[in-house]
Amino acid sequence: MTDTSISQSSPLLDSKVPEGPIEDKWDNHRFKIKLVNPANKRKFRIIVVGTGLAGASAAATLAELGYNVDAFTYHDSPRRAHSISAQGGINAAKNYRNDGDSIYRLFYDTVKGGDYRSREANVYRLAQVSVDIIDQMTAQGVPFAREYGGLLDNRSFGGAQVSRTFYARGQTGQQLLLGAYQQMMRQVDAGKVNLHTDEEMLELVVKDGVAVGIVCRNVVTGEISKHSAHAVVLATGGYSNAFYLSTNAMACNTTAIWRAHRKGALFANPCFTQIHPTCIPASDEFQSKLTLMSESLRNDGRIWVPRNHDETRPAGQIPEAERFYYLEEKYPSFGNLVPRDVASRNAKTVVDQGLGVGPLKNGVYLDFADAIGRDGKDKIEERYGNLFQMYERITGEDPYRVPMRIYPATHYTMGGLWVDYNLMTTIPGCFSAGEANFSDHGANRLGASALMQGLADGYFVLPYTIGNYLAPLLGHDPVPTDDPAFVETEQDVKDRISRFLSIGGTRSPEYFHRELGKLVWEYIGMERNKAGLEKALTEIPALREEFWSDVRVLGNNESLNSSLEKVGRIADFFELGELMARDALDRTESCGGHFRIESQTPEGEALRDDENYSHVSAWEWKGPDTPQVKHAEELVFEEVELTQRSYK
Amino acid sequence: MSTRLNLTLSIWRQADADSPGRFETYPAKDIPDDASFLEMLDIVNEGLIENGQEPIEFPHDCREGICGTCGVMINGRAHGQEKGTATCQLHMRKFNDGDTIVIEPWRAAAFPVIKDLVVDRSPLDRIIEAGGYIGAPTGTAPDANEILIPKEVADSSMDAAACIGCGACVAACPNSAAQLFTSAKLWHLNSLPQGQTERFRRSENMVETMEEFFGSCTNHGECTEACPKEISQDFIAYMNRDYVKSKVFNRRLAGQH
Ligand SMILES: Cc1cc2nc3c(=O)[nH]c(=O)nc-3n(C[C@H](O)[C@H](O)[C@H](O)COP(=O)(O)OP(=O)(O)OC[C@H]3O[C@@H](n4cnc5c(N)ncnc54)[C@H](O)[C@@H]3O)c2cc1C
Ligand code: FES
Repeated sequence: MTDTSISQSSPLLDSKVPEGPIEDKWDNHRFKIKLVNPANKRKFRIIVVGTGLAGASAAATLAELGYNVDAFTYHDSPRRAHSISAQGGINAAKNYRNDGDSIYRLFYDTVKGGDYRSREANVYRLAQVSVDIIDQMTAQGVPFAREYGGLLDNRSFGGAQVSRTFYARGQTGQQLLLGAYQQMMRQVDAGKVNLHTDEEMLELVVKDGVAVGIVCRNVVTGEISKHSAHAVVLATGGYSNAFYLSTNAMACNTTAIWRAHRKGALFANPCFTQIHPTCIPASDEFQSKLTLMSESLRNDGRIWVPRNHDETRPAGQIPEAERFYYLEEKYPSFGNLVPRDVASRNAKTVVDQGLGVGPLKNGVYLDFADAIGRDGKDKIEERYGNLFQMYERITGEDPYRVPMRIYPATHYTMGGLWVDYNLMTTIPGCFSAGEANFSDHGANRLGASALMQGLADGYFVLPYTIGNYLAPLLGHDPVPTDDPAFVETEQDVKDRISRFLSIGGTRSPEYFHRELGKLVWEYIGMERNKAGLEKALTEIPALREEFWSDVRVLGNNESLNSSLEKVGRIADFFELGELMARDALDRTESCGGHFRIESQTPEGEALRDDENYSHVSAWEWKGPDTPQVKHAEELVFEEVELTQRSYK
Repeated sequence: MSTRLNLTLSIWRQADADSPGRFETYPAKDIPDDASFLEMLDIVNEGLIENGQEPIEFPHDCREGICGTCGVMINGRAHGQEKGTATCQLHMRKFNDGDTIVIEPWRAAAFPVIKDLVVDRSPLDRIIEAGGYIGAPTGTAPDANEILIPKEVADSSMDAAACIGCGACVAACPNSAAQLFTSAKLWHLNSLPQGQTERFRRSENMVETMEEFFGSCTNHGECTEACPKEISQDFIAYMNRDYVKSKVFNRRLAGQH
């Protein structure tokens, strides 16, 4: 075990937070950083891996500025990125409701919501640029919801007492992604973005400690290709699929950032994962994913379970007095709108007590009867129509008539590549944006803040900060792809593919993914404890060994082969799963989404240990058979006073 | 918990674009009726792998009906018989024990088969690239509330913007036309105040790019029938009008009146 009483940041982790009062830091920084003049920008080549919200907005903006951009996605079109499925909305401190919102309040809510485990300066900048995002997206033609007067509409979201969430029906992520995608396609048309679809990055190329390019496999032809640039941006999304069952799209994976980690990028807070409280409960082993019901439903739906363990009546026949509205009772001021981690844990508690509903007694009710009575069915349909429809399709039940059944599921990963204030990882030249990096959300992300962060990174942060890195490189050509650094990395990729194809075991990749997911959910899920985590640290490597000797990948490399794509991703999930356990074991406190049973308040809330854990844990790869080593970035709070979070 | 179904699948297998394809028959045994259509294929594939047979490649990702990746012909209908439902949202409770299900890829000259049930839909991206955007570089936008948009306009724009780009409209059309896809994007952008300045350029370029790849529309209406988002065919009529206007307008701009 590493020494945890660290009071100073590791020298590897210079956050580069600018001097000055918090509200001036970003402005000061933008003034001080080096610029690349417009005529010189065309002399630089930048690789952007991932074309979700973060990657597409970055690629578009960098190209508009004049850089040459190569954008990569394993999808057949950038419009398929997982960002497309975000439903609920995007936050911004516009204060259009005149309800007391401000940049400072959004900053404060985000730091508090993250349970004081994020970097203040980054969060403040996020809140500052949030307002520009709404302007930018509106100009891009995103059809945000409007009021009759023509002004933008807002809704409220968990963890906040103001209405600051902008939305486009229940398809906000889709509309934002299409906006960023179209903006990028304009640059494709202009010849400034070279778009590589169906290309999966399998390795980062590092020469003399600096990121110089990537190696990809074309998922349709199997061709392995090398790409060189002055800088590489990884905007490849989150790793919730380490749990197998999650709300993420099937292909979401950790490979891009994991390969970078193995090449020297420190991986921060891997155990900070978020469980979303409102998903449709699992029904059987065949289940391939869990479906999220947007958290915005908690605005109008009331969450309850029967008070009686042996309840058998249908929900509608259970009288009011025999219903346990546990969130409203426990948290009178936030009620059903408590943050996600609090809502999720409380659902687990009542289900564990045997109060769960549905055939497997593995859910809680989310009931719209009162809202329909108050506002009318039409109004509810207008707000949530497509969500209700989706629910009915999946479960065969009509939520206008019977309450939805919901249960928490893994949804988002706060952890990711460690980045400094400039969004650069510990490998010079390798940047990371969006869900792939660890920044901004601390130990828990507030609803409607991921879209905001992805677009903030891609539109308004990275395009500036990357110039600071590039400016001194003027006159240097990218490293040629016949350099030994490229040739060796390409060979590693080819060897790994051959190895997968030649194992010739007996079980499908899917089988191993499912079994790994069970371990991760069991031991590193909603609640963690020492014994369980230690078990995970022996069981995951044991299963991994079995995987490497018994997995069966049929077919060849030279054509579309989804088993081959999957097996590489699962291999990386195995290593990541182990690191998640190691990080969770090391962090003996509870905070946000990381709940250590050993560390709770008398009321059962997460109990932080600020003295020993007010830091970011960033892990350094030490080789395949050696545990990673932890480095700490001490978090300094000058603005926000650390308190026990309370939503009562 | 759930009822189990035993089915017979007749599935199109094709190694790549250049190889001939054929139907193969597979039993799908003991399928829970709570499973989705794609989970049913997962179960069949696990069985195939166990028997040492290559699994069936099929397109999918989000499995929530929003990314537009999935889509196969099920018994001759794009995304199957359920109205307004993408393949991934179709559930097995809609089928009966003993059914035979015929599963094929999208069929369109512009969408060559990549393998089995997966096709290449990149021409749809070419249409967007030709003008399906608003030219507003980052950092240049005015305050969002300075652009007033009546709710009805925003709602109608959103109705069109809901398109998921799956290509079912093309697959369902006897002429393999992409009018529904193209017109939905045009209505989304052309109906908004922000979209006005580039409106005619956009209409002309997108329609002409579409025509390079796809067949022509003869108003069959199969597209809307098959669309998982039930995008209205009315947008096509609008596009045709705007295209004609754009021809006149763009010539005039070019000084050729
Ligand atoms: C169901 C659901 C609902 C959500 N709702 C909300 C919400 O209402 N509000 C909110 O703020 N957030 C929401 N979120 C979270 C939010 O959607 C995501 O965090 C965010 O969209 C991530 O964006 P991204 O650009 O970082 O990554 P993604 O959108 O996941 O994009 C990743 C990109 O990287 C590419 N990629 C990955 N690996 C490779 C590789 N090795 N090689 C090449 N390309 C690669 C992919 O092809 C893709 O283009 C939701 C998430 C889910 C799952
Ligand atoms: S898999 Fe995404 S729409 Fe069906």
